[in-house]
Amino acid sequence: MKKILTSLALIGLVAAGTGAAGTWAIAAEEAHNAAAPTHFPIDEPKEISWSFAGPFGTYDKGQLQRGLKVYKEVCSACHSMNLVAFRTLSDLGYSDAQIKTLSAEYTIHDGPNDAGDMFDRPGKPSDHFPAPFANEQAAASANGGAAPPDMSLLAKARGVERGFPQFFFDIFTQYAAGGPDYIHSLLTGYDETPPAGMVIPEGTHYNPYFMSGVSLKMPKPLSDGQVTYDDGSPQTVDQYSRDVSAFLMWAAEPHMEDRKKTGFRVLVFLLLFGALVYLTKRKVWEGVAH
Amino acid sequence: MSEGHSTYTPKTGIERWFDARLPLPRLVYDSFIAYPVPRNLNYAWTFGGILAIMLVSQIITGIVLAMHYAADTSLAFDSVEKIMRDVNSGWLLRYLHATGASFFFVAVYVHIFRGLYYGSYKAPRELLWILGCIIYLLMMATAFMGYVLPWGQMSFWGATVITGFFSAIPLVGEWIQQLLLGGFAVDNPTLNRFFSLHYLLPFMIAGVVVLHVWALHVVGQSNPTGIEVKSKTDTVAFTPYATIKDAFGMIVFLFFFAYFVFYIPNFLMAPDNYIVANPLKTPAHIVPEWYFLPFYAILRAITFNIGPINSKLGGVICMFGAIVMLFLVPWLDTSKVRSAVYRPWYKLFFWLFVADAILLGWLGSQPAEGSYVFMAQMATLFYFAFFLVALPVLGLIETPRRLPNSITEAVLEKNKGGGGHPAGATAAPETKG
Repeated sequence: MKKILTSLALIGLVAAGTGAAGTWAIAAEEAHNAAAPTHFPIDEPKEISWSFAGPFGTYDKGQLQRGLKVYKEVCSACHSMNLVAFRTLSDLGYSDAQIKTLSAEYTIHDGPNDAGDMFDRPGKPSDHFPAPFANEQAAASANGGAAPPDMSLLAKARGVERGFPQFFFDIFTQYAAGGPDYIHSLLTGYDETPPAGMVIPEGTHYNPYFMSGVSLKMPKPLSDGQVTYDDGSPQTVDQYSRDVSAFLMWAAEPHMEDRKKTGFRVLVFLLLFGALVYLTKRKVWEGVAH
Repeated sequence: MSEGHSTYTPKTGIERWFDARLPLPRLVYDSFIAYPVPRNLNYAWTFGGILAIMLVSQIITGIVLAMHYAADTSLAFDSVEKIMRDVNSGWLLRYLHATGASFFFVAVYVHIFRGLYYGSYKAPRELLWILGCIIYLLMMATAFMGYVLPWGQMSFWGATVITGFFSAIPLVGEWIQQLLLGGFAVDNPTLNRFFSLHYLLPFMIAGVVVLHVWALHVVGQSNPTGIEVKSKTDTVAFTPYATIKDAFGMIVFLFFFAYFVFYIPNFLMAPDNYIVANPLKTPAHIVPEWYFLPFYAILRAITFNIGPINSKLGGVICMFGAIVMLFLVPWLDTSKVRSAVYRPWYKLFFWLFVADAILLGWLGSQPAEGSYVFMAQMATLFYFAFFLVALPVLGLIETPRRLPNSITEAVLEKNKGGGGHPAGATAAPETKG
């Protein structure tokens, strides 16, 4: 056992050494030029302490409800959320009656009916959030050529590469908030001023947190006081961004709480069972030199 | 060693009835209860059993996932999300299966490196080793095709890049590529045949595993000293000794596996694969799963033409060559001593090789530009030099340390002063209180 540990430590050291040397060599190679950056995002996403982080993390229902409000009143004008059904909003603490009312606010295009016609009807809890555009082409043409991404999985579909050795430490800190951290940073990053001399393409907006360039087509979506909160939470861009990021994390990973709860039981079981099996093993091998 | 030494005596009438007609209980008894294993096996030897349960786990979760999955480009992505959201415990099945693939490879890499370290591939275990290499190859094909099924961006572009390798082969390359794809580009026919093959290959793996275990039971296990079993005192019975040790190893492994499944299930997945495949939009970096990264680095390290071989074909040759090396190991190693424990120089080169493989893995995840390319070329050179130079030459020039006469002697030497039981005791473990 000791030997295995020493070996592992040795591998770790050699790998860390080569990795560090490599990173250093690459960093030395790239001359820094603030006006013409070559690596994106320009600024790393800010790490927020989320209620759902860590082994016992849970979603903050109040925050998810506020996030849903931000999505409904702002994001949903352009972004679809095709995979999320109204019925699942019970996770946010809504009652069946509330969900019925909420889904009925939406108009669902359905059909064909018995006469072969398409028709509009109020939404039901089993419906999914309707998309703001009829199809991807319509979404693209209304938004300058690129369709706004669907938001159902956005919080898992975005993440800035953590790099060496950070990705290794992430195993132990259980960092899994790359998506929400990125979304929050992007939404709050519009007010930064670009460095002197930087060329911002026409019709795009500078954002140092954007993953794929200096600027993006989406204009600053949120401003202070835009969405009214009735629970006394601050009505600031920062708070809106946190709330909608948390909401999108839930939308992307609705069973996270269940997963972590089950995981804790599984690990405790394996720990106890492992201890018993180890003691049995000791007993069996007692007196047998090996 | 297990041939003709059956110690099975049927005790009940049913056992006797079976034994006279189909001696299945005898086979199980001889293979998993009385089967003698070297007494000095360490925890590196528990990974064979770990791999067996991983294969079973992958097959079971996979079969259930297939009940909910739709292999059609317009349905695949959403059907996976339906599993994640609406199927009872579907998230658990999918995370077990996706993370399970990674942990299957963690275990197989430990298993392979253990074989390399202790020289387990040497005569008479060459076929055992080669069967293992075939399993590894089948695992890679299975994992690659499985990764395409969720039909995310990385699924699509990974499939495009990897099937593109085959077009580098002269004359028949394009034909092979089109056969794999079922057309000229990755599309619905590709997804359909990959699903079909992804369902088939695990059962082929299971078949080769049977041969692998059969070969193992004919030649017996190697052990950390690399000395063959000489007498009964060198071994203990598989049950309870190996069974209980394997069980403990499995539980520790499952603990790490569960940690990833339940707390960081997306750690080993590319975020891009949560975006539905789009043939018109190439991701910024196309990176394969971590277990392919060393080979991906070798592929991209060849940036130059060698005579009539262009860089693309050269890369493909090197990548496949890197796997072919494993098949040749039993004949490349010229040493008469098996275990690295008694080979100081080989031990050093072995650990350098491990570090080199990790370095190649890291380079495979980086863009192929700047000094990364040079580092990848050097690491590739060392990779091949380990097999083609170090293994044959070290065996000829290295002076091994003194070998003990037997496993028992090695064990007693190690336990000197530690109250080791006299050797004969292990032959009759059932007499102990």
